[in-house]
Amino acid sequence: MARRLKPAVLRGLRVGVHLAMAVPLALLLWRWIDMILGTDPRQAGLSAEPVAYTINYLGLWALRGLWASLAVTPLRRLTGMVDLGLLRRPLGLWSFAYAILHFGVYFGLDQLASPVLLWRDVVEHKFAFFGMAALLLLTPLAVTSTRAMIRRLGARRWQWLHRLVYPAAILASVHFILRVKGFQWEPWIYATVVALLLAARVRVRR
Amino acid sequence: MLFKFLSSSAAREADVTDERLYFDRRGLIGAVAASALLPMQARAAAGADGTPLRVRRTRDLSDGLTSYDAVTHYNNFYEFGTDKEQPARTAGTLRTRPWTVRVDGLVGKPRTFDIDALMRAFPLEERVYRHRCVETWSMVVPWAGFPLASLLKQVEPLSSAKFVAFETLNDPRQMPGQRSAVLQWPYVEGLRIDEAMNPLTLMAVGLYGKTLLNQNGAPIRLVVPWKYGFKSIKSIVRIRLVDKQPPTSWNRYGPGEYGFYANVNPSVSHPRWSQARERRLGDWLPRATLPFNGYGEEVAGLYRGMDLRRYY
Repeated sequence: MARRLKPAVLRGLRVGVHLAMAVPLALLLWRWIDMILGTDPRQAGLSAEPVAYTINYLGLWALRGLWASLAVTPLRRLTGMVDLGLLRRPLGLWSFAYAILHFGVYFGLDQLASPVLLWRDVVEHKFAFFGMAALLLLTPLAVTSTRAMIRRLGARRWQWLHRLVYPAAILASVHFILRVKGFQWEPWIYATVVALLLAARVRVRR
Repeated sequence: MLFKFLSSSAAREADVTDERLYFDRRGLIGAVAASALLPMQARAAAGADGTPLRVRRTRDLSDGLTSYDAVTHYNNFYEFGTDKEQPARTAGTLRTRPWTVRVDGLVGKPRTFDIDALMRAFPLEERVYRHRCVETWSMVVPWAGFPLASLLKQVEPLSSAKFVAFETLNDPRQMPGQRSAVLQWPYVEGLRIDEAMNPLTLMAVGLYGKTLLNQNGAPIRLVVPWKYGFKSIKSIVRIRLVDKQPPTSWNRYGPGEYGFYANVNPSVSHPRWSQARERRLGDWLPRATLPFNGYGEEVAGLYRGMDLRRYY
């Protein structure tokens, strides 16, 4: 039985989603401003290597945003609140925003904004390849997130296209696993959450 | 009391680099420097790490120094956690006194050195070295120590000794990171005997004119400036001279990623990232990585005739 949310509640949830995803970015910007104004990077909360810190931070929030957007459907089915589906777009777009910024800092400051260096990094290193592939899969989803695009594509095709989020989430998780040295739990915990969210979907569909 | 023995050595008061000089070089404003100095002196009085050392600078570098704060708060020391800022918070559990370093194996006179005696046994040199991590970040550190060769000569290596094997303390109570299986513990490293005897190879007991803080590998660590940082093993308790290439921690974990030699080499890419560039701590843009981290003139001869793509 489909249950509807009161418009005020729904609006509150949307504001909550925007706040939850905007605050980490605002915090990061505030730290950068603090550093640029002369505070030591570590005192500003950016560690002694602010560029690496920023790239990692943005990447982690992109992944968390993916978690949240993937959690919407299982949650909606679990609670019967169909309106929760409306939170998926802002969550997906926020996740993409973090992913683009993550890529942008890496491209600009690690690869010196050089397409040649970027290309070389992506073809020579699996770690960069998986990240780049995840971002490329997410890009059409962000582009087609508007109502007008849904209409233009037709609901069926649009939905098919947006299933690209599943492989994107898997690629992003592998990207993180390949990032760390030695055996570390953190990227595996992130990957496990993605796996559970995908598994929840499979079960629900039956 | 610690300095008495040095009164007859080459180091004179005028040679000692004033602590304040470092902070000036960091470009910090006076107020910050003063507030940073106070806790250092308080700790020194308590006899803890960070005690001032009498050192004589024997090697400089035109590159600017990485700040003391950054050097002591950006550490890969997985025995205290995998996050870079974690060792600075958690390494307090390491007890560096009493501490001994056993040097044995294929030597004429195996010995166990007490750390305080060892620090008095040789004049302490200050050497400013580049430090390049395999993760592509780098710093410039004024280490304090003595050549590994000086220590090895004391135990009289046999001609059958071809390699030197190093071992970090193995004690999960003091090193909580050893409770997780990030790597196989204890951390072990190794050098070929000619690498070990090279005058650049340093046993460091301090940095910035003070004894090492725990997070930097107190009380004694290796510094091999032409190799990736993971070769420079920390908190050493044992050094063995052996006839076969000893196992090394990161090579054991990922032989395709980390070689025994691990010489800094911009033309051999790591499977996960390029080694062509590095970012100095605090810089925005990366700079080109130099072959042998810029020490080629002094060490390239050690590898003449070797295929450095194969022996990475």
